[in-house]
Amino acid sequence: MTILQIRGLNCRIGGREVLRHVDLTVEEGETVVLLGRSGSGKTTLLKCVNGIVADWAGEIRFQGKSVAEWDRFAMRRKMGYVIQDGGLFPHWTVAANVGLVPRLEGRPDGEIAARVEALLRNVGLDPAEFGGRYPRQLSGGQKQRVGIARALAADPPLLLLDEPFAALDPITRFDLQQQFVEMRRSWHKSALFVTHDVREALLVGSRIVLLRDGKIEVEAPAAEFRATKNAEAREFLRALSDEL
Amino acid sequence: MSREIAAASLEHVELVLVTLVIAAAIGLPAAVWLARRAAWRRWVVGFVNVAQTVPSLAMFGFLLPLPLIGGIGKRTAVAALALYALLPIVRNTLVGLLGVDAGVRESAEAMGMTPRQILWQVELPLATPAIVTGLRIATVSTIGTATIAAAIGGGGLGVFIFRGIAMYDKWTILAGAVPAAALAIVADEVLGAIEKRMRGVGDGG
Repeated sequence: MTILQIRGLNCRIGGREVLRHVDLTVEEGETVVLLGRSGSGKTTLLKCVNGIVADWAGEIRFQGKSVAEWDRFAMRRKMGYVIQDGGLFPHWTVAANVGLVPRLEGRPDGEIAARVEALLRNVGLDPAEFGGRYPRQLSGGQKQRVGIARALAADPPLLLLDEPFAALDPITRFDLQQQFVEMRRSWHKSALFVTHDVREALLVGSRIVLLRDGKIEVEAPAAEFRATKNAEAREFLRALSDEL
Repeated sequence: MSREIAAASLEHVELVLVTLVIAAAIGLPAAVWLARRAAWRRWVVGFVNVAQTVPSLAMFGFLLPLPLIGGIGKRTAVAALALYALLPIVRNTLVGLLGVDAGVRESAEAMGMTPRQILWQVELPLATPAIVTGLRIATVSTIGTATIAAAIGGGGLGVFIFRGIAMYDKWTILAGAVPAAALAIVADEVLGAIEKRMRGVGDGG
């Protein structure tokens, strides 16, 4: 089933064309990576999907329904969202942060508590130890784990991830990438994953979409991306082969 | 004499409290409204800034001839004092609201919170320490400025100060000045302690 379908998406911000005629679909269970340099439009594309950027033309359909027909708030609650620094609410405990969307949906307290506990375990945090902590009492990696747990809390069919691991130290980043891949195998969620790191793209993605100046340059299954002849893709891959 | 001082102190506190309630009732919603409107913000904050630079005695004079709020008495005094108290309340509330981390606001929006939920559950709680700072500054300065209100029949501890000046009697002046200073110090300490607690919560401590 197609979760997300984007057709002819154009977006201008401040007179500049940030996205140019983008066509993209995300199928169920698929992690599509949006790869590109800074300013290539990948984050904007993510924000067009959940309506944080509202000024675009074209068509975006989520679960078969045009996003214009969706209730904006209900739709966003079905799209888990993770950003670089987690965006956790500093005045709420870890448990309250993770329980945010189920609470917005009016689920009963007992159900939320059980869900939060299960999710924290899922991302490798002991609920008894971490549930009562505040975000500033967490390391960068722990914050991102909580951010992912929060994004998964209402069991959304689609995850939007905007460079979720970019600010972490290399070891923690690798840990979280591995864990993400493992979780991805066991769930049937779709994800749109923004990164500028080709290694990460190859690791977590089932499909890679390379953006350049707001246009799709290459779209290929992750396994075939290495073989692409596209010049921009070669630039990214060169960074890999230059490594020790 | 001491009974008279107590009565004047009470009147003073009343004057300050009424002023603050009015200033907060106008200033807090105004700041919330302005936080989302950059163009208006400059003009309004500019106006309130200018209002602040008018010497308080002159301000009482300006307000005297105005209908409804003017005339000799408490009403004019409260109107002028509230105008002064607005600035710290509006400015600090704005600082608090605008200081909310962009990533926090963005993820609140992206998680499907409505603007109202974001305001009440995220922005206002995170701005609370700054709001309390504004209220503290407004309180302390109003306690001082309110002594001048006696010049236009506002009553309070300023009555002693003006009477003492007229009589060339330093004891009478002190009878107004010392309790006013004491009130200011107590208010500062109490609100400062509340503020400190709030900061602890906001930081998640």
